[in-house]
Amino acid sequence: METNKSSPKDASSVPRPAPAETGDGSGAPSRNAARDAAPADEAPEADVQPKVQIDDLHFWYGDTHALNGISMRVLPNRVTALIGPSGCGKSTLLRCINRMNELIQGTTLEGTIVVDGQDIYAPNTDPVMVRRRIGMVFQKPNPFPKTIYENVAWGATINGYTGDMDALVEHSLRQAALWDEVKDRLDANAYNLSGGQQQRLCIARALAVDPNVILMDEPASALDPIATSKVEETIADLKSDYTIVIVTHNMQQASRISDETAFLYMGTLVEMNRTDRLFTRPQNDRTEAYVTGRFG
Amino acid sequence: MILAVLFFLATVSGVVVLATLLVDVAIQAAPWLDGQFLTSLPSRFPDRAGIRAAVLGSLWMMGLTALISVPLGVASAVYLEEYAQEGWLLRIIQVNIANLAGVPSVIYGILGLAIFVRFAALGSSLLAGAMTLSLLILPIIIISTQEALRGVPSGIREAAFAVGATRWQVVWGHVLPAAAPGILTGVILALSRAIGETAPLIMVGAAGLVAVPQSVMDPFTVLPIQIFNWTARPQDEFQGLAAAAIVVLMVLLLGMNLTAILLRNHFESKREGG
Repeated sequence: METNKSSPKDASSVPRPAPAETGDGSGAPSRNAARDAAPADEAPEADVQPKVQIDDLHFWYGDTHALNGISMRVLPNRVTALIGPSGCGKSTLLRCINRMNELIQGTTLEGTIVVDGQDIYAPNTDPVMVRRRIGMVFQKPNPFPKTIYENVAWGATINGYTGDMDALVEHSLRQAALWDEVKDRLDANAYNLSGGQQQRLCIARALAVDPNVILMDEPASALDPIATSKVEETIADLKSDYTIVIVTHNMQQASRISDETAFLYMGTLVEMNRTDRLFTRPQNDRTEAYVTGRFG
Repeated sequence: MILAVLFFLATVSGVVVLATLLVDVAIQAAPWLDGQFLTSLPSRFPDRAGIRAAVLGSLWMMGLTALISVPLGVASAVYLEEYAQEGWLLRIIQVNIANLAGVPSVIYGILGLAIFVRFAALGSSLLAGAMTLSLLILPIIIISTQEALRGVPSGIREAAFAVGATRWQVVWGHVLPAAAPGILTGVILALSRAIGETAPLIMVGAAGLVAVPQSVMDPFTVLPIQIFNWTARPQDEFQGLAAAAIVVLMVLLLGMNLTAILLRNHFESKREGG
């Protein structure tokens, strides 16, 4: 902590640490391998090994049936958008993917979610390990009430990261396009940042744990247009290294940043397709009504 | 307008009564408050009597009570708020804790006498007294700590879980630090209630005339007991001594409350950053 103001200069070009160094050698295929397997957008999508495979997922809050038999797959190194009207279950679905929902008492889940070949709801799967591999950015920026540096470093610390922490913090902040704005005040409290900066700090915090998949729950909905475009640029830059699933209320945003889009309605998956096709040639009447703004 | 005046009078009446009491006590106490009074042991001669044993006894009692009740109370609250599953058992425990906070303190004294003094054979010792007072203030500490934990934004918990923290790492790394100001305030207010308690300690057998305690198994006296003993005496001089002891107790209490406020401000400014 005490030296973080000076050290980033010597560490400015340190490469991102290999996943194995984070103490999470969970047997997941390395990111590079995943990228090689899905090199280009023109590859036929049927050939690509999905990063996340969801099968017949049901979810209940108490007696409320929030998700009703969702089956879908998320491709690696793509941005997948979940859209739909309020209360359709898109945030619930997102939070099932890293087992955040089970922190709420009185919820029930049925079905399977397989990430990198591993059933994350299998009895012997530790939810803590799932969340280390699948990061999350929330709707409202929620930095820890600590310094900027500590916000990024904390996740790596508790995960047993033993490498150069200053370099990791700088690298994560650079990935989140925040480094230039905060490099001179890493010791400042994160609450002193603007809303958009806080949200990018939250992205940096998620990246510092070196996840494979990043879930974003309407990450720009609480931000002004300029901050929103910065966050969207960040997401576009992250696509080459991460698989991103993003919930959004904003259809323009979905069409701008996503490769694939899934339309949810009343807890069911109505339609999922490549974003350009879903928006220009929706197969389902309800999808068409939603994307053309006739309801929602 | 008339209502405003009435409410103002209601407010003033309370303050005036309190001020009158304080001034009256201070006037009575003035001739007795000196170095000799603070450093002497109790005596049947008013000129030689002092509150050394009572002050040290009270400080011992505070320290021991805090040592017992704070870890127990904070741990209970953390369990109830962060770990326990919703259900009838949790609701029963919650209702019971809320009720225990309202039980008259003399009842705790009887309990302490039966369990700690007799059954556990601790005798009328500092330890038995401190355990009794701990029981008395545990519900207060638990409830105020629960309030403080509930005040921590859920976004902080979610964020910590999302980077792969275990529940304990979330609680220790983020929830407890964020709740610390509230917990500290609750703890100090609970301890200032304990420092003013007389009834349970009389039940447990606090003595009036004792030496300064040397260990937790020694007999003890505390300020409220000393005040109670002196006011029970017929001679006027002892009334003055009691008043002087009241002033000392008030100073101790105000000091503790001031500490609570300062600590809270310190933590809050640290949390919001500069």
